[in-house]
Amino acid sequence: MLLKIKFSQQRRVHLAQGLWLLSWMAVMWGVIIFCLGVYLKTELLRRAEVMDNTEIHVVPNILMMVGLASIGTNWVASRACQDSLDATRFPRWKVFLLAWFAVAAVLCCLLIAVVVLSYALQGSLEESLKVGLRNGIRFYKDTDVPGRCFQKETIDRLQMEFRCCGNSNFKDWFEVQWVNNRYLDFTSKDVKDRIRSNVDGRYLLDGVPFSCCNPASPRPCLQLQLTDNSAHYNYEYQSEELNLYSRGCRQALTDYFMELMNSTGPGVLSVVLIQLSVCLSLRYLQTAVEGAMALEDPEGDSEGYLLEKGVKETIEDLKANALKMLKFGQVDPNAAEGSSEAADAEKAEKTASPTPAS
Amino acid sequence: MAVGKLTFTKAEREKLAEFLWLLNWISVLTGAILFGLGLFLKVEIQKRQEVMLEQGILYVPHMLITTGLVACAINFLGGKICLDCTDTNKFLRWKMVMMPYVVCTLVFTACVLAGAVMCYSISSQLEEALFLGLRNAMRYYKDTDTPGRCYLKKTLDLLQIQFQCCGNSGYRDWFQVQWVSSRYLDMNNSSVRDRLRSNVDRKYLMDGVPFSCCSTASPRPCIQQRLSDRSAHFNFDRQSQQLNLWRRGCRSALMEHYTQILQSIGLTVLLIWLFELLVLTGVRYLQTAMENVIRLGDPDSESEGWILENSLAETARSNFNIIKNLGKCYQGDDDDPNINIPSAATERELPSRCAHIPETS
Repeated sequence: MLLKIKFSQQRRVHLAQGLWLLSWMAVMWGVIIFCLGVYLKTELLRRAEVMDNTEIHVVPNILMMVGLASIGTNWVASRACQDSLDATRFPRWKVFLLAWFAVAAVLCCLLIAVVVLSYALQGSLEESLKVGLRNGIRFYKDTDVPGRCFQKETIDRLQMEFRCCGNSNFKDWFEVQWVNNRYLDFTSKDVKDRIRSNVDGRYLLDGVPFSCCNPASPRPCLQLQLTDNSAHYNYEYQSEELNLYSRGCRQALTDYFMELMNSTGPGVLSVVLIQLSVCLSLRYLQTAVEGAMALEDPEGDSEGYLLEKGVKETIEDLKANALKMLKFGQVDPNAAEGSSEAADAEKAEKTASPTPAS
Repeated sequence: MAVGKLTFTKAEREKLAEFLWLLNWISVLTGAILFGLGLFLKVEIQKRQEVMLEQGILYVPHMLITTGLVACAINFLGGKICLDCTDTNKFLRWKMVMMPYVVCTLVFTACVLAGAVMCYSISSQLEEALFLGLRNAMRYYKDTDTPGRCYLKKTLDLLQIQFQCCGNSGYRDWFQVQWVSSRYLDMNNSSVRDRLRSNVDRKYLMDGVPFSCCSTASPRPCIQQRLSDRSAHFNFDRQSQQLNLWRRGCRSALMEHYTQILQSIGLTVLLIWLFELLVLTGVRYLQTAMENVIRLGDPDSESEGWILENSLAETARSNFNIIKNLGKCYQGDDDDPNINIPSAATERELPSRCAHIPETS
């Protein structure tokens, strides 16, 4: 027996009461995990326009699923321990509890998987943001194209809210045309020069939109002709730090989401601990109550344990049971063949043995 | 003839006392709510203190905070008193305190009403404060190197972005102030010198606005400079002009924000006042009923309760007479030879008259 503990009737009652409280606490934590999942999902959906794929959504999805499942599971546990002290009602829980332990183990594994995934998917999140932001910046000017007309407002609001500029930094704006052709005077010399200066005929400037401006700068915002020191009085491109936001939006958004997911880490781990303790307590309660019911005096002392035999033996038992169940369909024909073969062999022996005598 | 006379049996008195005990505890909660509302209003006003010239607006949240605290204290005491009123013997302990307690409750209920009325009446003062505060903020926008004003640029930019507004009444307010610091102006440049010479105060005025006035809803990149000259920008039609900058002035945007807050706070305070009025009425009935029981001598008998013993006019007259006679009491010891020296008999009467009067209320 693994980890035996002796339980008197008094201790069994206390265990049942404690377990009932613990399982209701676990239900509450399940609700909290579900709400965390919903919050994370809404935050990801809010920024869905600058994300290319939805791989990262697996984290809040699992959190929501596990939250709901743990509410149901722990509610069942509380009912089981309510019935545990009643000798007439407890026996029907026997098979059910085996399934319950399996489900609880799966839930714990899923929770640990969520914590691991939230770190592992950081790279995928960054990639998704990189592509999404690149598209957003490229289609910034297309305010007259249906399906892309919202990109300007989205990117402007994003840059102002997260205090960032461009994909990796503000220079990303130098490489795209972010002014729509409708607002360019094609008869002007300056416009014609700029368009001719690159292969694709795009109007590229060394300027950024107004949403990149940093309010903390002591001077009014400089948006255009950023690389030209002589275009602005008392301005040096290399040393100017406060004029625009220095962070890239990809970095800003990644940091924000990573912080959100890491802050759910402690909550998730504490739910794992609570679920494990509910599991262990329920196992002890189950074995103690079953032991007590098998005695002549049901109010007497009984033993509670985690496993009836040692770990290795239990695993081998389980394997044997599993194989038996798999081979259940094939056992009878084999046995029938074997017995008919044995009967033939016997007959052959019998016919063979008299011949030498005759 | 009493105002609002009701008869109470012993059982009714006890029920009334228990009910009032419960109401007093709920009142403690509403007092805490009042305190919380006052604190919230104070924090909201102080958050924007850089664009608001105080002008004593803070007396409204201060009033709410003190009234809330006083409400908690008085209703806590009231709960204890009402609990003791169920038993006539215990009531005797509180006999002397009852009247002052009722008067205090009346006073602070009036204060709650005053607080609610104030919430609705300070809007004109608020508008004035915001007008002056925003005007100063815009004037000192460029002074990012002056200690004490260096944060105004950041504050005003973030305000305009958050409330989606521009300037005091509109974006043209920016045309009348110099919002570019002289440190960033090239004085050798002829166009700069021309602008400085073009006005009396030698300010660098231009028809441009800061970047925080730019609207995110505009389909074209923001146009901040040379706003009065439509031909200076290609294809700058009426519609582009409408969408280019935020149209609302920051004063009206902030007024709307604060009016919403003040209206909801005012409504809540009015509801609390109505509740307090109910508690006050109940306590008055309980006080008069218990006093009448003691006067009748039999603790199990029925007694009458009222709001005022005599009609409104008579009570007002008698209170006025009390105040007059109290004044006369203090003047009775003057040794002025012009006053008739009262005889011994009247001297004996006068002090006893002064002593009797408080009992008839």
